[in-house]
Amino acid sequence: MTLKRSAAITGIGEMRPSRSPDGKSTLGIWTEVAREAILDAGLTTPEIDGLLVAPPITEQAAMWPSILGEYLNIHPGYGNVVDLGGASACGMVWRAAAAIQSGLCRAVLCVTGEASDVETFYAPRAPRARRPVQQLPYREFEVPYGPMGVNSGYALIAMRHMHEHGTTGRQLAKIAVDQRTNACANPDALYYGKQITVDDVLASPLVVDPLHLLEIVRPCTGGAAIVVVAPDLAGAAPRAPVWLLGAAEASRGIMLSQFDTITTSPIAICAPRALEMAGVAHGDIDLISVYDCYTITVLITLEDAGFCPKGKGGPFVEEHDLTYAGDLPLNTHGGQLSFGQPGLAGGMSHVTEAVRQLQGRAGKRQVRDCELAFVNGNGGIMSEQVSLVLGT
Amino acid sequence: MSEAPPEYRKPIPAPSAVSRPFWEGLRAREVRLPRCLECRRYVFYPRRLCPFCLCERLEWVRASGRGTVYSYTVVRRAMNPAFQEDVPYLFAIVELEEGVRVTANIVRCRPEDARVDMPVKASYHDITAEITLLKFQPA
Repeated sequence: MTLKRSAAITGIGEMRPSRSPDGKSTLGIWTEVAREAILDAGLTTPEIDGLLVAPPITEQAAMWPSILGEYLNIHPGYGNVVDLGGASACGMVWRAAAAIQSGLCRAVLCVTGEASDVETFYAPRAPRARRPVQQLPYREFEVPYGPMGVNSGYALIAMRHMHEHGTTGRQLAKIAVDQRTNACANPDALYYGKQITVDDVLASPLVVDPLHLLEIVRPCTGGAAIVVVAPDLAGAAPRAPVWLLGAAEASRGIMLSQFDTITTSPIAICAPRALEMAGVAHGDIDLISVYDCYTITVLITLEDAGFCPKGKGGPFVEEHDLTYAGDLPLNTHGGQLSFGQPGLAGGMSHVTEAVRQLQGRAGKRQVRDCELAFVNGNGGIMSEQVSLVLGT
Repeated sequence: MSEAPPEYRKPIPAPSAVSRPFWEGLRAREVRLPRCLECRRYVFYPRRLCPFCLCERLEWVRASGRGTVYSYTVVRRAMNPAFQEDVPYLFAIVELEEGVRVTANIVRCRPEDARVDMPVKASYHDITAEITLLKFQPA
């Protein structure tokens, strides 16, 4: 059984990230990007018979698919919340394809997005007074020690990686710099027009050692949606379909203290499986579009996905030009570090950018002869992982 | 959950029936760990069953309280305002001699002196009438 060419992405919609909601609601953002994706796919709402949504990080409600479906007059035969943190978007792609392959539905709308800003994202969400604290292990055994959200978790990973492999701050900073160069070719990016250097990154304030401010993603407002369709619908789509060629998922818990190692992620399990399903090798990949909440996330992803040997990510990013014009184009939209992280739509931005590049509509940052993309979604603290291979 | 003294405004652990012996141990200045009676592996955090063999019979064993820093970071901006008075502070994962890893602060150590693999020993901090936090200091 394989998901290879079981479904294709035929439409994308994405809101330009903004620093604050400016009066927009999460539901409003979802409907905006959903509309754009459905129209891009050349479909109408009655033709959408599957609906996947990712739960917002800063807002809580039950039955999100029903809420969104009602608003858009969509009555799906298959609906779900995909709750894999930053990996939710990539997780949606293969779940949509699997549902389509099983015959449950033919056109699945996948929606992410959030009305958020730095202040609301980092606002302490303490349990209400006089209510029992939820009996979750991390509340009992981590929160009392003052973690800085997930920032401190990724810092622990980076510190250990430096210790084990000699990775340097300059090497990590290079990732942020190359991605910023890409963002400067993307007018929609939050940091468009603001080029930075390695020295700028290293001179930015340390937030959680060894990570500097410019190595940490900025929560913002935005959204992204895609439409995944069955092969017969793909053939009738107005744009060239982007096929799912390979997919795999791997996850492990939620607390770093529970992992055998924190410097190798489950990407080492799912990336090889996705590439094998697609029947392609690393050298065939034209675009790497991978989750980048922090610089260290990208470095470990490149190692664990097999683009370089374990521990050699530092020298590898120094030796390669990661810009859209370089020898190893990576996160050509700027990545979330420079494009922005609108909640779980940050993870979707790696999918939408791959679709744009594969369809040849990436504008100034278009990668030449782009036919195969490796996409990775990462959730939690490098715990939830979904690898995809997309192609024309 | 107990009423915290007004001066302690950081999150306070709420022991469960399963984890209570761990917290009672800390109050008595001991690190106690659950160990599976079947496969003999140490388990942490405390669970109502062994995650390795699903055995439901575990015993509490006194641990040495010694270990090494598996990794650490210096938190320079507090997310919860109650921690603002402590920045910069050390937030770490410590690997105990018994093999399990715990999250904790490293105390009595300047941030610039912290190292991965540094030997540490338990340090006990009473934060309420019932709760004592396990932290670590250089050994």
